[in-house]
Amino acid sequence: MAEHKRKLMQGNIACVQGAIYAGMRFFAGYPITPSTEVAEGSARELPKIGGRFIQMEDEIASIAAVIAASVTGKKSMTATSGPGFSLMLENIGYAYITETPCVIVNVQRGGPSTGLPTKVSQSDTMQARWGTHGDYTAIAVAPSSVGDTITETIRAFNLAERFRTPVTILLDEVIGHMREMVTLPEPGQYPILDRVKPTVPPDKFEPFAMTANLVSPMPAYGEGYRYNVTGLTHDTMGFATNRADEIWPKLDKLKNKIEHYTDEIAKLRVEMMDDAEIAYISYGTVARTSLQAASIARTAGVKVGSIQLYTIWPFPDKQLLELCARCKKVIVGELNMGQIVHEVKRVLPRDIEVHTVQRYDGEILTPLQLLKKLEEVM
Amino acid sequence: MAATTEKQRSDAILTYLRPRKKFPSVWCAGCGNGIVMSALVRAIDNLKLDKNEVIMVSGIGCTSRMPVYLDFNSLHTTHGRALAFATGAKFAQPKMKVIVVTGDGDSLAIGGNHFIHACRRNIDITCILINNHIYGMTGGQGSPTTPAGSFSTTTPYGNSEKAFDPCALAQAAGATFVARHTVHHAPQLEKIIMQAIEHRGFSLVEAISNCHTYYGRLNKSGDAVAMIKSFKERAVPVSKAKDMPAEELVGKFVVGNLYENTVKTEFCDEYQKMVDMLAARK
Repeated sequence: MAEHKRKLMQGNIACVQGAIYAGMRFFAGYPITPSTEVAEGSARELPKIGGRFIQMEDEIASIAAVIAASVTGKKSMTATSGPGFSLMLENIGYAYITETPCVIVNVQRGGPSTGLPTKVSQSDTMQARWGTHGDYTAIAVAPSSVGDTITETIRAFNLAERFRTPVTILLDEVIGHMREMVTLPEPGQYPILDRVKPTVPPDKFEPFAMTANLVSPMPAYGEGYRYNVTGLTHDTMGFATNRADEIWPKLDKLKNKIEHYTDEIAKLRVEMMDDAEIAYISYGTVARTSLQAASIARTAGVKVGSIQLYTIWPFPDKQLLELCARCKKVIVGELNMGQIVHEVKRVLPRDIEVHTVQRYDGEILTPLQLLKKLEEVM
Repeated sequence: MAATTEKQRSDAILTYLRPRKKFPSVWCAGCGNGIVMSALVRAIDNLKLDKNEVIMVSGIGCTSRMPVYLDFNSLHTTHGRALAFATGAKFAQPKMKVIVVTGDGDSLAIGGNHFIHACRRNIDITCILINNHIYGMTGGQGSPTTPAGSFSTTTPYGNSEKAFDPCALAQAAGATFVARHTVHHAPQLEKIIMQAIEHRGFSLVEAISNCHTYYGRLNKSGDAVAMIKSFKERAVPVSKAKDMPAEELVGKFVVGNLYENTVKTEFCDEYQKMVDMLAARK
């Protein structure tokens, strides 16, 4: 590996690097702490490679521009934090129903409302799943280091293209702003997925066709397939429908095209779990300190392991159930009042005790706090 | 060259309708939207634009259903956001012609911020704003262009608010082509839409239209025919209006080409210059 590929880099900039590696050529955004460096990095880098950066008038316009750019064939991304994510959600719903690939980075800060702009939080975890109105299934990933941010951003773009859906990257203030040494990926090191294009002639084209894997081929505007894109619930031709026999399959498609492939989307980092009786379950920033706490506890002979969720949504039910099969207790650490813990409780059998350790004052959960909780539950 | 017959002309126009889209449209009989749609399609036909290179974007409302009926790349988006989506589409693919069709509620209330910023950027988008002075699709509520004193279901005792002048707003915000006509003036509308599409920069065409179903009924303005006839009487050409005192223009529509600026540079062109400059540096 060439030495110059090693760089000291901030998480938000790593996100830009990963996005460009994955093929991002369009970014629209609006400044907001603690995500702004993603926009700034995109503004610097994209014009150098013939890409497009635009600072829109607000977050609603930003996600709108991103979706439209994707419909014209560009891999597109926006970045924001809680208040901006809230504003984007209506149009994110538009991306779900129109099945438009795009990536939304949410560098989380404390809330509600303006909340804690400069402090860390994981309180948008559920919002990434349920934020926009209506029925749909979401994909969200959560990196826990600067290096991870590169690879998870690449993965987010690949998932968006593969499943024709918006994908949320749940960064947080700590990962977004911390600096770590990273190795920039070489060309060809990671596979890059592109949306499947139609092979039929335009007069045979059905823009939202039911295919075997439920993902319809997607042409770009300008390629001769003049089709309709609408946020109204639509039939396979893309025209609004009120017919039950067309509504059911459309909404089922949004759900099943993702949920049937949960195993493909699931990604977890599993450490010291082979003989573990207790497991830390965490994601993002907390995964770092959980792993450290588990390592320290191991030196004292405690059989504890760490499960880190890289894929938050769809929730990896099966994987978690298998990993925790021999556990007696789990400790779910989160920087919120308890969000993913509800999923853990839903998935695990009742004889496994589910404990929580939470913090929502804008500071991280330290290894010491996690160890203290371990001591309490032992 | 033999003159095109009216039959040949209408046959040509019909080819712009989506072959697989079910008609009739959602619009009430007599709605001015059809006149604007016809003028728009005729303008595009005159310009011989490649259908594949036209993106038609809309938001939500009666007007915003228009792209769905037309055989272009159509993007029917969320309420108020048409110009934001259109900005993304145009900036991503500057070679495409991007046309927005929007209503007064869509573009000036919920979408007001996007409207002024699209004008400010002078991005090469043609915005056709059909102004019927009311929310039609939701059943006749007051809009930002409902005249003071007018009735709507949310101004049941007369409108206490003042109306926007979309053309003045666009010009002040930085648009470089601004024109207005009414649905009574279909050929003129066709001409200014053509000019707007040909203009490089942000162009606004305001088409004064009738919502006889709600505005007409609530304000006793009569049926579609009566309303459209009144537009003829209330339209004042811009050349004449400039010598008229302001009080004489109350209740009138100043029509024609209101403003054009060919000096100001277009946004995508400017960005491309930067991309080229950076490429040359390498």
